[in-house]
Amino acid sequence: MTARQRTTVIASVSLAVSMAASVLLLRHIDRMRPQASIEDVLYINSPAMVKRASLGFDGLMACIYWTRTVQYFGHRHYDGALTYNELAPLLEITTALDPHLLPAYQFGASFLAPRPPGGAGEPVRAIRLMEYGIEHNPENWQLYYNLGFVYYTELKDYRQAAEVFERGSKVPNAHPFMKILAAQMAMHAGDFATARMLWSATYETSTESNIRQNAIEHLRAIQVDEDVTNLQALVARFSQRAGRAPASMAELVAAEHLQSVPADPNGNAYKLTSNGDVLVESPDDFPFITKGLPAGYKKGLPKFHNHS
Amino acid sequence: MSPRIVHIARNTFREAVRDRVLYNLIAFALLLSGAAIFVGQISIDIERLVVVNLGLTAVSLFGVVIAIFIGIGLVSKEIEKRTLYTVLSRPVRRWEFIVGKFFGLAGTLVVNTFFMAIGVFGALLYVTHKFSRPDALILVALYFIVLEFLIICSLALLFSSFSSPLLSAVFAFSLFVIGSFADDLRGFAGMAHGVTRWIATGAAYLVPNFSALNVISAVAHQQPMSSQLILQNTLYALFYTAMALSGAVLIFERRNLK
Repeated sequence: MTARQRTTVIASVSLAVSMAASVLLLRHIDRMRPQASIEDVLYINSPAMVKRASLGFDGLMACIYWTRTVQYFGHRHYDGALTYNELAPLLEITTALDPHLLPAYQFGASFLAPRPPGGAGEPVRAIRLMEYGIEHNPENWQLYYNLGFVYYTELKDYRQAAEVFERGSKVPNAHPFMKILAAQMAMHAGDFATARMLWSATYETSTESNIRQNAIEHLRAIQVDEDVTNLQALVARFSQRAGRAPASMAELVAAEHLQSVPADPNGNAYKLTSNGDVLVESPDDFPFITKGLPAGYKKGLPKFHNHS
Repeated sequence: MSPRIVHIARNTFREAVRDRVLYNLIAFALLLSGAAIFVGQISIDIERLVVVNLGLTAVSLFGVVIAIFIGIGLVSKEIEKRTLYTVLSRPVRRWEFIVGKFFGLAGTLVVNTFFMAIGVFGALLYVTHKFSRPDALILVALYFIVLEFLIICSLALLFSSFSSPLLSAVFAFSLFVIGSFADDLRGFAGMAHGVTRWIATGAAYLVPNFSALNVISAVAHQQPMSSQLILQNTLYALFYTAMALSGAVLIFERRNLK
């Protein structure tokens, strides 16, 4: 072996060993500092400062911050976190860098507004974000829709929701259902029909699979809530008539002349407890239901199903 | 154009290619294909925006780095290698040397940008599956980036004509950064009073206004570009380039090369 060949062999071995060692060491170091995640760190939290530092390439910077926002929310949501301290600042920086980045408003509001663990529980900041989005994209009716949605679902402020839908309906090329929503909101805000209309509209106007899936889950939950409400009314009527709760769902079906034992959207029959409470068979399959839950039931993270 | 200028430009281009400048295209291709494939998996609803923003930003930054690092060595390297004396001993005027170098470097960057543009459109086709009419606006952004390169090439040559490569790089890069803040500078001038206002306003107009040439974000959102903006940006870039090149020629004509 010539001196040159020997050097080549030694250098190649050294390169491979060093590379393997550095990877192994890094893995050890990562295990020693599991909490040292960049997701919880916002080095610069001033939107104006980040915009200046981007040297005019603020569009790319906005994409980077938006990706970081999605990753931050995704990781914390997956971990079942109850706080999202950096979410609002990340969204504010993203939208300051690129005020026309529509996904940051549309998804951002749905990250910020819902109560934990579904979201950050900051509906007021979600509203501020959406208002900023509308200010910079006044021709986009969907932003009004998203804003009205926050007022409706999170704050139950039906008057404000109706007003926002009304504003949105006046935007050129706005979807005709904005006018219907405004009217419906003003008259029948708390109805299941209104909620169903809102989520159906969300499903129909979005091309994003996550949003559509979320809408389907909510529509399923509305169905369950409505079924349970109606069944509970029948149980009350039965109890008033018979002086006791029905012993079984079969007895209720027979007494109230129902065609069959009512079933949830998964096809499982609703259960009846001895106290006369109507419950769903498996609450985990319906992450957004508010009725039909057993006493003391703790909701986990939303588990989405594949529905066509 | 004088055949001597063409000859110097061609040699400058060849030299850049020999220096493996076009290897940056490999890094660019890896960056774009990586972004096109992975962003959809780690973000939401911004695949097209990322390809356009990242693609055009990379075209711009790669080009600026090439323009500065080649531009600053165009004169000093010739002096160092003593090839400048051979060139100037022939019937080549000093201004022709500077102008030829400028066109050679600008040509290198145009070729580089052309291949990068193919990469941007390829990545865009990968994520959107078809082109739409507003995608043609990307060509406007690329054109503005080329105009930006012309200005930076001329500035690098200007500094190179009287300063060392290191200082030239510092000056050129600083001007690139300051030029990116030109609008802010004008804003500060507006807030100042008296002499400060005049100085700040003068500085704001003296530094190149790169923010006017940066339409990447607007193009990414498919916002239309007015033909007036295209025309006026073209004229601005040409006049600014001519100004810097004239300065380079004036200095180089009087420079003692002994």
